[in-house]
Amino acid sequence: MSPEIDAEAILQNLETALQPMLSAKPIMIGIHSGGAWVAEQLHKDLNLPDPLGTLDISFYRDDFTRIGMNPQVKASELPVDVDDQHIILVDDVLHTGRTIRAAMNEIFDYGRPASVTLAVLIERSGHELPIRADVAGQFVELTATQHIKLSRDDAGHLQLVIQETTG
Amino acid sequence: MTEDLQFDSAGRLRHLLTIEGLKRQTVTDILDTAESFISVGEREIKKVPLLRGKTVVNMFFEASTRTRTTFEIAAKRLSADVINFNIGASSTNKGETLLDTVNNLEAMHTDLFVVRHINSGAAYLVAKHVPPHVAIVNAGDGRHAHPTQALLDAFTIRHYKKDFTRLKIAIVGDILHSRVARSLIHVLGILGVPEIRVIAPKTLLPMNVEKLGVHAYHNMYEGLEDVDAVVMLRLQRERMLGALIPSEQEYFNLFGLTEEKLGVAKDDAIIMHPGPMNRGLEIDSSVADSERAVILPQVSNGIAVRMAVMAMVMGNQAQAGERKA
Amino acid sequence: MSLAIVNGHLLDPSHDVDTKRDLFIDDDGFVVAVGMAPDGFQADKTLDVSGKIVCPGLVDLRARPREPGLEYKATIESETAAAVSAGITTMVCPPDTMPVIDTPAMAQMIQHRAWRFGMTFIHPLGALTRELAGTQLADMEALDEAGCVGFSNALQPLTDTLVLRRAMEYAASFDYTVFLHSEDPWLQADGCVHEGEVGTRLGLTGIPEAAETVAVARDLALIEQTSVRAHFCQLSSARAIDMIREAQDRGLAVSADTTAHHLHLTEHDIGFFNTQCHVRPPLRSQRDRDALRSALKEGVVSAICSDHQPHEADAKLAPFSISEPGVSGLETLLPLTLKLVDEGSIDLTQAIALLTSEPANIISVDTGHLGEGATADICIFDPEVIWTLTDEYFVSRGHNSPFIGWEFRGQVTHTLVGGRLVFER
Repeated sequence: MSPEIDAEAILQNLETALQPMLSAKPIMIGIHSGGAWVAEQLHKDLNLPDPLGTLDISFYRDDFTRIGMNPQVKASELPVDVDDQHIILVDDVLHTGRTIRAAMNEIFDYGRPASVTLAVLIERSGHELPIRADVAGQFVELTATQHIKLSRDDAGHLQLVIQETTG
Repeated sequence: MTEDLQFDSAGRLRHLLTIEGLKRQTVTDILDTAESFISVGEREIKKVPLLRGKTVVNMFFEASTRTRTTFEIAAKRLSADVINFNIGASSTNKGETLLDTVNNLEAMHTDLFVVRHINSGAAYLVAKHVPPHVAIVNAGDGRHAHPTQALLDAFTIRHYKKDFTRLKIAIVGDILHSRVARSLIHVLGILGVPEIRVIAPKTLLPMNVEKLGVHAYHNMYEGLEDVDAVVMLRLQRERMLGALIPSEQEYFNLFGLTEEKLGVAKDDAIIMHPGPMNRGLEIDSSVADSERAVILPQVSNGIAVRMAVMAMVMGNQAQAGERKA
Repeated sequence: MSLAIVNGHLLDPSHDVDTKRDLFIDDDGFVVAVGMAPDGFQADKTLDVSGKIVCPGLVDLRARPREPGLEYKATIESETAAAVSAGITTMVCPPDTMPVIDTPAMAQMIQHRAWRFGMTFIHPLGALTRELAGTQLADMEALDEAGCVGFSNALQPLTDTLVLRRAMEYAASFDYTVFLHSEDPWLQADGCVHEGEVGTRLGLTGIPEAAETVAVARDLALIEQTSVRAHFCQLSSARAIDMIREAQDRGLAVSADTTAHHLHLTEHDIGFFNTQCHVRPPLRSQRDRDALRSALKEGVVSAICSDHQPHEADAKLAPFSISEPGVSGLETLLPLTLKLVDEGSIDLTQAIALLTSEPANIISVDTGHLGEGATADICIFDPEVIWTLTDEYFVSRGHNSPFIGWEFRGQVTHTLVGGRLVFER
């Protein structure tokens, strides 16, 4: 029986926690694909004026030699110049920290932001790099064989599910 | 018959030597990957770290500034180290064989060779003799193949026409001597283009050309009827010396692309030319300058396609290497 | 040393022998009796070859030992050793050595060199024109006296039809045989493959079938005009075979051979630029190969040769069009011919005739048969043993063969030249 977690509720937490940061007029960037879904929702609910950016980190991953080229790469789209901006970087799940490391490298190839704040829906156990969320909707303790996944249905509702990794 | 050494034992593309034999999914993957590399070229830091630490050697035995520069830029945008070797005709006169040159360069810990050579089959010969972890990309071998150019042309056609399975495409000119034509015919076939035509006098068509899956025409008005895209090949003026065509005048009259001949094609037909163009020989100036001639972002598209190819074969090579280890 | 070869199956097509029969050889190296030992005959040595086939030593109508001129590829010593390991006791060498065989001295030198090593005999062909240049006739009588078994312009084109006519007329005066390599040099251009779908796919310049047929037509017209005896070397196309058949039916004294590799391979075997399949004339289509096989059965083509051209490794390690053409073919001559028998194209007796009595007739040399009084040039092979050709197998200095990896049934076990055992596996 895979336990579900109330994604919508956690999203609310996140939005509340982000409120104080809005005075700095940040721009928001979501990481494909789960982070982009979360960011879309946040962007709408928080009424951010600047357009939402999305990042595909495929070209910055550290496991290229193990998994090769992924042809389903979506282009990164950063409609706003990142120079001197306060960025809220959004992802769905922070686990090892490698995705965030890649995302940061990519952002810095676009320019030099004033600051980067990491906001994640779920921060889970299992860090491999010294990267922590600045703002997290919820912290979840999981074993090495467990896996938490975000999905989005056709109506746009977000769902989080914990699974055992197979194989 | 030897198996195609483009593919490793798991069926992944480990070299790009020819378009022949590629699956449609592989070609589509390359085009999709190229699409995502376009945006890299549009931002300030035009690099991604995919091939950081890897060495790419451009081994050009046939002079070509444009193609070589495109490969160089593509490799650098993938953060690879690039070494250019322009051997040209003079060095081969000094007697060093192709394989000797490869061996010397391979000793420099090369990970990928881009090879252009005047003889058909040169890229295959190199691929047969490099160690397993080294990738080869064919930048044009004699009259046999020029796979990255064909992929670039497919990329351009896809940009303007979207659905390959509804197109009629004509290739006009010296098919006999053209590696671009051969590769283009293969890629269009693989992508499902239902009608591929070649238009040329018999002297410029190779024997049994229909076996490649094309219809041959000797008349422009018939061949261009209702086509969605026209690819004009460059005619080398030396062909007259080989008794292949009588004169430039006659060639232009019969096979030069003019407004009038273009009239039988679809109204939104695009015109492509791998360049450089001989105005007044293959193509009329007014047609070359019209907005239907899509000569434009060939450069940036070309870089993106080559980035996609190099990233893909290196990724497959690396994966194969990891699996062994 | 006198010899008795016992318990073998004797296959001698020219004497219609195809049965178990013993062979007796005197100490001068001649066959003294077939079947029963002559009274008082004492063999110094007896060879028991039960289970094996005993046939005349093979006669290879075209093999290049590369000496003189290209000794870095191979030598008379190495290639005659390879030949006897493959059951070949007589070899015909084309005149395109360096220097060309257009002087009696050259003709004698090559025969003498071969004789010194005591293995395969080499019979040279003399040049048809001086230096093979196609302008002046060579001293055919002197060359004939010096041992040449025929005259040829080898692969050098002889385009001046008047010179060709005169050369044929001159040869006809003395009943010499002219060996022709019919290929039009302009249509051949810089081609390296058959002009067809494989060449088109691979972007290689093709040699059209017309290059052969245009030349064959021209040569046949002149043969008819001059009444010379002519032999067409290594035909590759069905169309040319048709023309030869028609000429033979009309009574012209023409014969033809083809190579062992043209009987098995086609343009498709080139695969992805396999230079081992770069040969001249090129490997053509399936239809052409099938026509060559039928021609054997009918007798239009009466000999199979190796067209042996040993190369150093580098010659084949180049892009296809600049690699050197040629197959190292001595060691696959018999195996490939036996394969035709296994595949049902011809029967065993005809196969052996194509390699012994027929080629011997073409060069008018008294060999290729084992009747009483014949020179004891003998090939003995095990018809059942199955083996695979590997790179290490070659005795020849040239390992350039498209048949490496092929499995064969039948292998030479003993070869005798002039009654001496020169090879034993």
